[in-house]
Amino acid sequence: MEKIKHYIADEFDVVVIGAGHAGVEAALASSRLGMKTLIMTISLDAISALSCNPNIGGTGKGHLVREIDALGGEMALNIDKSFIQSRMLNTSKGPAVHSLRVQADKKKYHTEMKKVLENEPNLTLRQGEVIDILFEDNAVAGVVTRTGAIYKTKAVVVATGTYLRGRVFMGEVNYSSGPDGRFPSIELSESLEKKGFSLRRMKTGTPARVHSDSIDYSVMEEQPGDEEIVPFSFLNMDKKFDIKQVPCYLTYTTPRAHEIIRENLLRSPMYSGEIDGVGPRYCPSIEDKVVRFSDKDKHQVFIEPEGLDTKEMYVQGVSTSLPEEVQIQIYKNIIGLENVKFMRPAYAIEYDSIDPTILKRTLEHKEIKNLFFAGQINGSSGYEEAASQGLIAGINAAQNIKGKEPFILDRSEAYIGVLIDDLVTKGTNEPYRMMTSRAEYRLTLRQDNADLRLTEKGYKLGLVSEERYKKMLIKKEAIEKELERLKNVIIGPTEENNKKLEEIGTTQIKGPISLYELIKRPEVQYDDTASLDANRGQLQREVRLQVETQIKYEGYIKKQMIQIEQFKKLENKKLSPDEDYSLIKGLSNEAKQKLNKFKPDSVGQASRISGVSPSDINVLLIYLEQRKRSVKSND
Amino acid sequence: MSDTIAAISTAVGEAGIGIVRLSGSNALDIGYEIFKGSKVQSKDEIKNRRLTYGHIFDGEKVLDEVLIAFMKAPFTYTREDMVEVYCHGGIISVKNILELVLRKGARLAEPGEFTKRAFLNGRLDLAQAEAVIDIIRSKTNKSMEVSLNQLEGSLSNKIKEIRDILLSMIAHVEVSIDFPDEDVEVATLNELEENAMVVKEKISSLLVTADRGKILRDGLNTVILGKPNVGKSSLLNAILRENRAIVTDVPGTTRDIIEEYVNIDGIPLRIIDTAGIRDTSDIVEKIGVDKARQIVNDADLIIAIFDLSRELTDDDKEIIDLIKNKKTIILLNKSDLPKKFDEDYFKNLFRDKEIITTSIASGIGVDQLEASIRNMFYKGEVEVKSDIVVNNLRHKNQLEKAYNNIVSFINDLQASVPLDCLEVDLKNCWENLGEISGDTVSEDILDKIFSEFCIGK
Repeated sequence: MEKIKHYIADEFDVVVIGAGHAGVEAALASSRLGMKTLIMTISLDAISALSCNPNIGGTGKGHLVREIDALGGEMALNIDKSFIQSRMLNTSKGPAVHSLRVQADKKKYHTEMKKVLENEPNLTLRQGEVIDILFEDNAVAGVVTRTGAIYKTKAVVVATGTYLRGRVFMGEVNYSSGPDGRFPSIELSESLEKKGFSLRRMKTGTPARVHSDSIDYSVMEEQPGDEEIVPFSFLNMDKKFDIKQVPCYLTYTTPRAHEIIRENLLRSPMYSGEIDGVGPRYCPSIEDKVVRFSDKDKHQVFIEPEGLDTKEMYVQGVSTSLPEEVQIQIYKNIIGLENVKFMRPAYAIEYDSIDPTILKRTLEHKEIKNLFFAGQINGSSGYEEAASQGLIAGINAAQNIKGKEPFILDRSEAYIGVLIDDLVTKGTNEPYRMMTSRAEYRLTLRQDNADLRLTEKGYKLGLVSEERYKKMLIKKEAIEKELERLKNVIIGPTEENNKKLEEIGTTQIKGPISLYELIKRPEVQYDDTASLDANRGQLQREVRLQVETQIKYEGYIKKQMIQIEQFKKLENKKLSPDEDYSLIKGLSNEAKQKLNKFKPDSVGQASRISGVSPSDINVLLIYLEQRKRSVKSND
Repeated sequence: MSDTIAAISTAVGEAGIGIVRLSGSNALDIGYEIFKGSKVQSKDEIKNRRLTYGHIFDGEKVLDEVLIAFMKAPFTYTREDMVEVYCHGGIISVKNILELVLRKGARLAEPGEFTKRAFLNGRLDLAQAEAVIDIIRSKTNKSMEVSLNQLEGSLSNKIKEIRDILLSMIAHVEVSIDFPDEDVEVATLNELEENAMVVKEKISSLLVTADRGKILRDGLNTVILGKPNVGKSSLLNAILRENRAIVTDVPGTTRDIIEEYVNIDGIPLRIIDTAGIRDTSDIVEKIGVDKARQIVNDADLIIAIFDLSRELTDDDKEIIDLIKNKKTIILLNKSDLPKKFDEDYFKNLFRDKEIITTSIASGIGVDQLEASIRNMFYKGEVEVKSDIVVNNLRHKNQLEKAYNNIVSFINDLQASVPLDCLEVDLKNCWENLGEISGDTVSEDILDKIFSEFCIGK
């Protein structure tokens, strides 16, 4: 091969490799924080591509989107511009697990995000493949592209998604490829390995896209959007959304489809052993489902539109790595898909990722300064998980360069904190997906209060606009005022009041009671009590919701606040990355080894590393105190 | 603000006094609540750092006659508010008082925690730091060892059984929360309630047995060793007949072994009767040398019985080997029958061990055995491991917490509190029980979800 002639093309503060969901958030955050930023992508047509399912949000994930928004990220604003159906899930359950999920117009989501990038003053958007990252003295120095350009830079965010040494599998057929027919990124993998990074294989898959006209919707169950549209972004809460929502459809596989799968199992690279990558358990292929749950004679299939300008439909629930001809037979045996016409086949894709435990909670590499990783390369899965990490990586790249404090969210502050702490502290064996059950403090980490939790932090960073910050303050004040007011609205056991209570469907009262106490009854809604409340003002829906939630769950939330206080104590005991744990007497050998490998940033994080016992934590506490005092006495 | 910890600070056993100690921000309040002095009518009359005479009350019930000292921060051992209760020695009183303060909101101290706090609050100087670490390390290791020893067997099986039900309940709740679109069988509220009732019953019956001492294995760990037909069960029956049997008929740590609890003049004994294997050949053959050694090693006291009327066998020799370095009382039984070997053989073999000639069947020598146990105990030659008492309390404390959590779950469920709030109690209950068996890995929940439910898009 001919030697490429390199040239110095330009110089940046931050270079982001990849313009998927992680990459764009990283690039926007860093440029908005004043960093001259370059974002590189293999294809400008793949910016913010929704390469798999055409929806954003859902349980846990919806929480992440709201948090990204509260911190000044872009995902929520962008999906609010491009959604075509909106649903709030879990409304029958408590407010902590209400989750917004919307269907996206994929093309529009991409176009809108591309516009945002193009219009960002500090940001340069370039198509090109980064094939090497340059280091000097264990710090980032630049990146090299396939076309020979060298961009000098102070920091790099690697957000390569499924592109790194991507390989697509369909039965016996497999070839080197990025997602959805894009070019893979192979040389970057090789150069990372040469630099001593150990990479491992992960796997994910996507179902076929089929032509809408070939589907018989009459035999399926229509799934419309909610009548009341709730936006993702806190900036859009007052906005009217005048869109015509499109439905999704629910149908089922048939026993014949399962038979076909069983007959052809050996042709699946998953079963023949050709794929080594680990796939996600919550996102199994149809062959996995049929094998593992053989007693089920049907599985759910959702038909979802890919956008308004296309007849391509996404067939959720039937991702597979079986050969194309078998795929078609399986799909034809789904109710309503008897005459199905494929537009893109289903495939599995294998790609390189790193072990995320080599990262700090800022997503910076523990040893190489200003080298950040975000998204699927860290072993996560999902657009929202990727965007969350991108945001944090972008913020911290800027913070580092400015010489400012690292920006870390802990497990009690945000789902983003849970996500990153899980990845870097526990690592992951499968593509990691957010679920509300992963959050210890689920009742306080709600999607409805993400702005109250995080906007101030984003404002202090400089990422949140004045407008957003003010909005949050106004909302906060309105909530506090209303809560106070309700404590002082006392109703007596008059005949009239008791009649109203009966109408609400709750038991009558014998003595005076405040509305605050009344709303605590599970069967009483805040809005129900309006008839008992002569001086009630016109409040925003968001405010009413907060008031009701904070009253109703006060007891539970208080309990959780106590736990959080305990948790914070250890979290606030900082540990230095230069600590040599092998010198601390009293630690178990396993703890010494693990602590030296992980270099946790706080005693709290140390306590979550497997193999570090409570008594090791006690030893650490004593040690810290001991050192603090000897420093003092030396002063 | 520091949470309030409590522990028994004296060795458990037949001592004159026992001390229960509290430290933390609620220590004084808890002390005031449980103490009533005959001369001090209100808490304002109690003087700081003075001993005050009075009684400890559990509600209306007097638990013990005590001296109590209230000590305000910062001039205390831990530099926190502290209370020390000086009560009667022995196991019962200190345990009752500790249990009471735990119910009033104190938490059982971790090994070495008073000392740890003393250090962290600046009470101990730097030179003592390493000693503090050593204390924590060794106490933790010891209590872990003891805790694990205790958990082999029926208790841990029962805990596991309850945790399995809870895990399945949690998985059902979590699936319905995290995967609302999925076609999985979601537990109905009725099913959850039914299961919760089962859990409540099971925890409650464990608590009852805990009080009766079935689980709280306090006592001298005493093992009766001997070959088949040497008189092990007769001895056990004789001891049980003469003394108050705390519990009978308890299946033991393994199916092969029977445990009995007796109290000889206030000395609690947990007798492990290898007679449980009486119908088969000997202990060593049945349960293996390693296991036998394990039992012998864990024992505080061994009663080894040999049959004077039969020649010594290989079984006997095996036993002689096992007891060499252990605190042992040797019984040479069946002295009413013609002897097949001489007592001097044993006297020469074990110069430092007590040897008693008995005829258990006719009731000869049992009194002497009991006297001998009493002597050894009061001389301090054998002692009840206080760690065991503490661990038992820890277990009971966790059982109580688990019970409260499941009750709260049931109440809230009936009051139509939403699932995400309910789940908190459920998970806490599961974790409380996990503290007893030593496993609380939340990854279990995800594993359960993915193995039981077909989930995925």
